[in-house]
Amino acid sequence: MPPKSVADLRVAALISVGKHPSSGRARRADQDARAVEMGLGLAPGGLEVIHAGNPNETVLRDYAGMGLNKLKVIEQSADADVVPALSEYLSDDCPDIVLTGVRAESGESSGMMAYLLGEKLGLPVVTRIAEIRAITDGQAEVLQALPRGQRRAVRVALPFIASVDSAAAPARQSAYGPAMRAELEADSRGIEIKDEVRAGWEENPARKRPKRLKVVKAKTAADRFKAATAKATGDGGTVMRDETPAEKAKAIFDLLVEEGVLR
Amino acid sequence: MILDSLIPVLLVLALVLAAAGMLKRINLWRAGQPEKVNLIAGLMAMPRRYLVDLHHVVERDKYISKTHVATAGGFVLSMVLILAVYLFGLQSQLLSYALLGATALMFMGAFFVWKRRRNPPARLSKGPWMRLPKSLLMFSATFFIATLPAAGILPEAFGGLVLALILTAGIVWGLSELVFGMAWGGPMKHAFAGALHLAFHRRPERFGGGRSTGLKAVDLKADKLGVDKPTDFKWNQLLGFDACVQCGKCEAMCPAFAAGQPLNPKKLIQDMVVGLAGGSDAKFAGSPYPGIEVGKAQGGPDQSITGGLVSPDTLWSCTTCRACVEECPMMIEHVDAIVDMRRFLSLEKGQTPNKGAETLENLIATDNPNGFNPGNRTNWAADQNLRLMSDVKQADVLFWVSDGAFDMRSQRILRAFVKVLKAANVDFAILGDEERDSGDVARRLGDDATFQGLAQRNIEVLQKYKFKTLVTTDPHAFHCIKNEYPELYPAGSAVDYQVMHHTTFINELVKNGRLQLSAHKGGTVTYHDPCYLGRYNGEYDSPRELLASLGIQLAEMERSGFRSRCCGGGGGAPIIDIPGERRIADMRMAEIREVGAETVAVGCQQCTAMLEGVVEPRAEVKDIAEMVADALVEEVA
Repeated sequence: MPPKSVADLRVAALISVGKHPSSGRARRADQDARAVEMGLGLAPGGLEVIHAGNPNETVLRDYAGMGLNKLKVIEQSADADVVPALSEYLSDDCPDIVLTGVRAESGESSGMMAYLLGEKLGLPVVTRIAEIRAITDGQAEVLQALPRGQRRAVRVALPFIASVDSAAAPARQSAYGPAMRAELEADSRGIEIKDEVRAGWEENPARKRPKRLKVVKAKTAADRFKAATAKATGDGGTVMRDETPAEKAKAIFDLLVEEGVLR
Repeated sequence: MILDSLIPVLLVLALVLAAAGMLKRINLWRAGQPEKVNLIAGLMAMPRRYLVDLHHVVERDKYISKTHVATAGGFVLSMVLILAVYLFGLQSQLLSYALLGATALMFMGAFFVWKRRRNPPARLSKGPWMRLPKSLLMFSATFFIATLPAAGILPEAFGGLVLALILTAGIVWGLSELVFGMAWGGPMKHAFAGALHLAFHRRPERFGGGRSTGLKAVDLKADKLGVDKPTDFKWNQLLGFDACVQCGKCEAMCPAFAAGQPLNPKKLIQDMVVGLAGGSDAKFAGSPYPGIEVGKAQGGPDQSITGGLVSPDTLWSCTTCRACVEECPMMIEHVDAIVDMRRFLSLEKGQTPNKGAETLENLIATDNPNGFNPGNRTNWAADQNLRLMSDVKQADVLFWVSDGAFDMRSQRILRAFVKVLKAANVDFAILGDEERDSGDVARRLGDDATFQGLAQRNIEVLQKYKFKTLVTTDPHAFHCIKNEYPELYPAGSAVDYQVMHHTTFINELVKNGRLQLSAHKGGTVTYHDPCYLGRYNGEYDSPRELLASLGIQLAEMERSGFRSRCCGGGGGAPIIDIPGERRIADMRMAEIREVGAETVAVGCQQCTAMLEGVVEPRAEVKDIAEMVADALVEEVA
């Protein structure tokens, strides 16, 4: 097996304040914690864990309890857009890998963070990764998580941004003692941009919608098994394997124009 | 004669070496953490603690109790007289006769020790302990013979040089084992460490008929939480470990040991001794931890205990049932030590195994161990029309529902108890969604931070309302609220209510004539004492009285009352689930089967769950509240 970590690899994990699904209480966000876990596995010494928000948020210590001596908190008020501040901080001395969760458990929860940062920093974004298997010659061998337990192996050049899927290895337990003793290093020098768009929004708790009754169409156990395990097959589309990269790119470009994404 | 001049020299030599050894031993204990004890009061109380409290425990085994009285009594008396006669040269025939009597008494005791050791039960340690009866016999016999001339029974210089040499050898042997060995780690160490342990016990409340079972809170601001190295124990805990006589009574009672899980309380305490003195467990001559070979463990005062001395699995096998503590004639606190070490693993290392970490996370995020929505806590009572404390503000009785609220089997117990309360017209209310897990599981899993958090928030809620009695159907919550919460009450406020288990409460209702009960229908009934009700809180009688008032003649199991065997459900053991050869609940059900019981009455939802987890055919498991509810005679309006 190729070495999983290279000696001076630098990894940043971006963490947020999570929200427990049944109690709604603030907690260590599941995917973010998995990102920290992945970072600890890749580069125990070169991992920087960063939060943009309130440095007095005690829940952040739950991440520190995973064995971190220090958390970096870029001070931002509750109504700030954290992307500018984070991209400014990261662009200063960009780490080799930036890990985030796929989507936050609280706040906007748009899942856009990785893309917006990628755009600002000009880094490739790998979504929904389950594992970074090896890093060799400045390239990472990454497994992306697909539905139903499938994986896709991709190679990506460092530096890059990856969002960590719930299929990644679960986060280790947070220990109270180290959590309380860790340093929350607040940094208030960065820029702060108010999220003007969001300020105009009105937030309401989601209404409970009636659930569609699940009509079981399968007549036999074999049918049910197939329904539960078969790949989701989309209509249309083409698989392009042997074409040149230029042809593949053209096909994607044409599709984007056709769908009205690019005008 | 040679002996007359030699014995004083040998005595002084033995005493000086013993004193040096004692100082060395004391320094080993002093390497532990400071803990305030009252030195003078402790030493003053020691004889009474020894003669009364300790004797009560030893007295459970009549044979060894009488044997020990003769041997130890004879030895102490002999030693005093030997010093008087041989060291201080008090020449008196009376003293010599007294010494003859004392050594004869000791010899008799030693003979019975020897007899027990001829075919010792598996729980007893062998090794140096097999030598002890011979040493005792040798000591008493040689001093007896040596004293005969002084008493005028034998002529001076009887036996000549040969006998003198033989006696000298015997005296050297006897003094080495009994005086020198006492301080330098021989089997007689138990007398020295044991006496001081009684004097400086960490739970002095246990003596004089008292009870002290609540775990002591961790100072969460400390630099290190829990116990990593032997020196992280309090000094008097180290002293306690050193007092062990390796009688193995704990081993014989331990449910985890019987189930073949890698725990043997005796070996654990001996490993702590290895840890405090440094070395390996190669000399341990008792039963091993099931499945773990003896001789591989290494430790030292400043080495991490789980780094080679004790496997974490050993610590996590414990159900905290306290059977070992209850049985220990040396009053050693095994459970305290185990939880102290678990605390380090959970709070400092984040290594609560298996489902433990998830349970703790749930407790933190949802106040219940299974992660249910805390807003659903009162759903079980949707059809019960119960009053909430937040509405009524005061009531005679606060019914503490506990996490059984989320479990459908436990809800049947809760409903049965509500039916009983209503039948007796008790003025009661519940906390509803304001209630939280008592913190029992978190604390036994070593996460005292989560326990203290839950406890403090529960206390805040309890302080908002007025009630005289808090009643719960869960012995674990009962124990926490009764014995462990008072320490956490904010300064200046005190507990102004009494805490009761539902069996005690219902029994009082019956005694006061507030309930009409018909006779129990059905076959033979036995009663399973929950650990946290019985051993932890001494409540053995109320459940039995209550069952008797249902017209039940209990078929008692051999292991009942203070010797009840755990169901396997305590201390987070089912959550951690360390594999063994058998399941504890299966062993308990086999004992229930042995007395031919068709129904086993219990007083704990955890026991219910564990015992009902045993495959059929088996006895029916019923909480006492359910049996009472079934037997209620309801007046037709």
